[in-house]
Amino acid sequence: MEKDTLQQALPLDQMLIEQYRKNKELITANDIQYVSKLREEAFQTFMESGFPHSGMEQWRHTDVDVLTEDAYLNEMEVPDTKKDIEELFRCDIHNFDTETVSMLNGWYIDKESPLKTLPEGIIVGSIRQAMKAYPQIFEKYYGTIVPKNANGFVQINTAMMQDGVFIWVPDGVKSAKTLQIIKIINKEEQLFVQSRNLIVLGKNSELSLMHCDDSVNQQSSLVNTVTEIFVDENANLELYKLQNLNDQSGLINSTFVQQMANSNIKTNTLTFNCGLIRNNIHVKLDGQGSHADVLGLYLMDKQQHIDNQIRIDHNVAHCTSNELFKGILDEDASAVFNGYIHVARDAQKTNAYQNNNNILLTPTATINTMPFLEIYADDVKCSHGATVGQLDQEAMFYIRSRGISAANARLLLMYAFAADIINEISIEALRQRIDDMVKKRLRGELSVCDKCVLHCGAPEKEYHFDIDLSKI
Amino acid sequence: MSDQTNNNILDEVTKGEYKFGFYTDIENDLAPRGLTEDTIRFISAKKEEPEWMLDFRLKAFRHWQSLEEPEWAHLHHPPIDFQDIIYFAAPKKKPQLNSLDEVDPELLETFDKLGISLDEQKRLAGVAVDAVIDSVSVKTTFQDTLAKHGIIFCSFSEAVKNHPELVKKYMGTVVPYTDNYYAALNSAVFSDGSFCFIPKGVRSPLELSTYFRINAANTGQFERTLIVAEEGGYVSYMEGCTAPMRDENQLHAAIVEIIAMDDAEVKYSTVQNWYPGDKEGKGGVYNFVTKRGLCKGHRSKISWTQVETGSSITWKYPSCVLMGDNSIGEFYSVAVTNNFQQADTGTKMIHLGKNTRSTIISKGISAGKSNNSYRGLVKIMPGAINSRNFSQCDSLLLGDKCGAHTFPYIDTRNQSSIVEHEATTSKISEDQLFYCNQRGIDTEKAIGLIVNGYAKEVLNKLPMEFAVEAQKLLSITLEGSVG
Repeated sequence: MEKDTLQQALPLDQMLIEQYRKNKELITANDIQYVSKLREEAFQTFMESGFPHSGMEQWRHTDVDVLTEDAYLNEMEVPDTKKDIEELFRCDIHNFDTETVSMLNGWYIDKESPLKTLPEGIIVGSIRQAMKAYPQIFEKYYGTIVPKNANGFVQINTAMMQDGVFIWVPDGVKSAKTLQIIKIINKEEQLFVQSRNLIVLGKNSELSLMHCDDSVNQQSSLVNTVTEIFVDENANLELYKLQNLNDQSGLINSTFVQQMANSNIKTNTLTFNCGLIRNNIHVKLDGQGSHADVLGLYLMDKQQHIDNQIRIDHNVAHCTSNELFKGILDEDASAVFNGYIHVARDAQKTNAYQNNNNILLTPTATINTMPFLEIYADDVKCSHGATVGQLDQEAMFYIRSRGISAANARLLLMYAFAADIINEISIEALRQRIDDMVKKRLRGELSVCDKCVLHCGAPEKEYHFDIDLSKI
Repeated sequence: MSDQTNNNILDEVTKGEYKFGFYTDIENDLAPRGLTEDTIRFISAKKEEPEWMLDFRLKAFRHWQSLEEPEWAHLHHPPIDFQDIIYFAAPKKKPQLNSLDEVDPELLETFDKLGISLDEQKRLAGVAVDAVIDSVSVKTTFQDTLAKHGIIFCSFSEAVKNHPELVKKYMGTVVPYTDNYYAALNSAVFSDGSFCFIPKGVRSPLELSTYFRINAANTGQFERTLIVAEEGGYVSYMEGCTAPMRDENQLHAAIVEIIAMDDAEVKYSTVQNWYPGDKEGKGGVYNFVTKRGLCKGHRSKISWTQVETGSSITWKYPSCVLMGDNSIGEFYSVAVTNNFQQADTGTKMIHLGKNTRSTIISKGISAGKSNNSYRGLVKIMPGAINSRNFSQCDSLLLGDKCGAHTFPYIDTRNQSSIVEHEATTSKISEDQLFYCNQRGIDTEKAIGLIVNGYAKEVLNKLPMEFAVEAQKLLSITLEGSVG
């Protein structure tokens, strides 16, 4: 550990390059040969490209320089953690029983075993262990869903990833409970964390997954996560991403999904708090009849910045996709949305929809929205829309004329705006919980808890709007 | 649309090949091939320009040298060799002309073929034409009528000679030479163009019109247009373009600047049908244009209407900077691409003043193996309180080898503004075609009808003379792309 601390003074990219060169053996210690080879290729690419910067078209509204030029600590070995993750984190959503997997500071925490098989047959575990146990799966999927020309963050992740979550749902297996990945950052030092997840859904399988990114203290950190998801024929994936980090944190989240025929995915990215956040979601529809729902909600304030980059590739005919991102921006927050629908030649009968709605609450909040379409087939229906506005004054007047205070009317309208996304959550208990969180967030009561996002410290409490119904 | 016009369109459709492919043999006064400071000095000297103009050109040239060709557009073309272009071609200097009789008969014939016989237009159409052939204004009509109202409408070179104070005051204030690669190039080598000045409180009694035409082989056309409307002024300005058939690609890099002061209104209409290249994608004009209007005064209005059917490459973003409070910017566009044409066109609406409004209606039609992109920016600055934007960009695909793309950028920095953007991409539906067929309208005619209906919203914004021509052009461009 000592040598790492010495290098802290260097900017992140140089530090990583040096670290990779010096500690190659350590990094590749758990590897199968296939993974080591990928690491080397990705490292070479990173050496050429470096981290993205605001001079690049796709990054011009998000200044990551402030993050990457800083110095961080990047742990190379599993720290000897005696802390009980259970103590640190307790998920107690009422009526919501999940199978949890935890990661602390980027390392998989195993209570029982680093690789376990759930009763229904789903295999879950640390990616370090999994690659040795299932090399054939890794050779088939790992690193193949990520595009070769991916950005510097993805490359350095491939090169230096140390741990992450592996989930394999074999053919025909359906998850009984929602699987929850909880990632917590809790460290005194300014930490750089990379994690790499591989999720494979076999034919006719089903998985419901929740992915929470949280910080538990106010120390800044930079998290760089890459997730590869393969969804085979007829499989069904629900993915909820909850992001609630402190105002000092940076989160670069890249998710790559490949879908085969007649598969279905639904992702819902809910961002409550984070200093700087970048979500790249890239869905490749590679099988006919596949469908993707990509939804998101962001509620930002202070000087937070969110950047959602959503790309959907319609590579074959008869696929459908639906993108809806909604955001409320308060104080000096800024948001970027870039939706990109690419319809390949001969991907006929495509139906793609893309929408981004934003509400700005203050004169200093900013939004950049770029809903792009690139279409090379003629028998398609593609539409996109984007709106930026404020709360409807007429609706406001209507509510106020019914005796509801301005503050409450505002809350009601904002909540109604967000409800489009919340109502899409199909797990009832989770939906109610998120619903409460959004209400709390809109009231400004939801700060980064000292525990998890979903563990809001109190016994289950219903949040109601403070409205005197007798007056209506 | 009357039956008569419908029949005309069909006649045109069946004819097919590029209608304006002829070449007038006029003795040219060519600049040496290539671009150096000497070329610029040559151009400036040929045009007998004052010192300050040469300085401006040289500054622009030096800046241009420091720039790289932009690559962000969704366009693919072989690299342009800027040293293999003749930057100046003017018809041999003629003595001062007083009437049309003195004009080179061959030149007059060219106008006849274009269907804009000066002679006829002068009387019938009530349009003052400032015809530009290969860079030098040959004849300006109706100047006297306009002069009575105090309107200055002349070639750019004349303006430099006769109204240097106005040119100095406004040139480069909307599109500075540092703006972009092609704007810098134009500022360095621009040959001629039109200048229009509408004084305070004057509504132009005529629709002003310019015809640009690239004639000699291998010469780029570098036009520069400057329109200034003072307080309460109004002008409707039409620009039409044709280029003869040539196998080598011709480069065109123009600048149009518009300035509207308090309560002024400028309407700018373009029909662009330069040679698009043949069916194999050989030849065609490269069109890189910077057009921008500045709504400098309160309650001013600038409206762009364009019908883009020609050029093998179109790179064009007529924009509005809405600086004055309550000012209005509009953009109406139909862009049609066929065969191997590529268009990357759209607009920028930059809201600076309070209560500013902008409307963008863009209709893209792609056929054959062409690519048609809409690229637009709506930027609402913090001071643009209560501003409003509505954008709609639709794409229509004809055939399965073409592409239609939409790249809107919306940048909002204030909470009291409302911005809406919507776009759709579709093809002509079987239902629509079936309905027409069922009524005895064959498929080709039906498509012509539907496309015209689709573009109607924009075509309606064109002045009458242009609207008829534009409808014909739409059909000609799409000819052979359907079936």
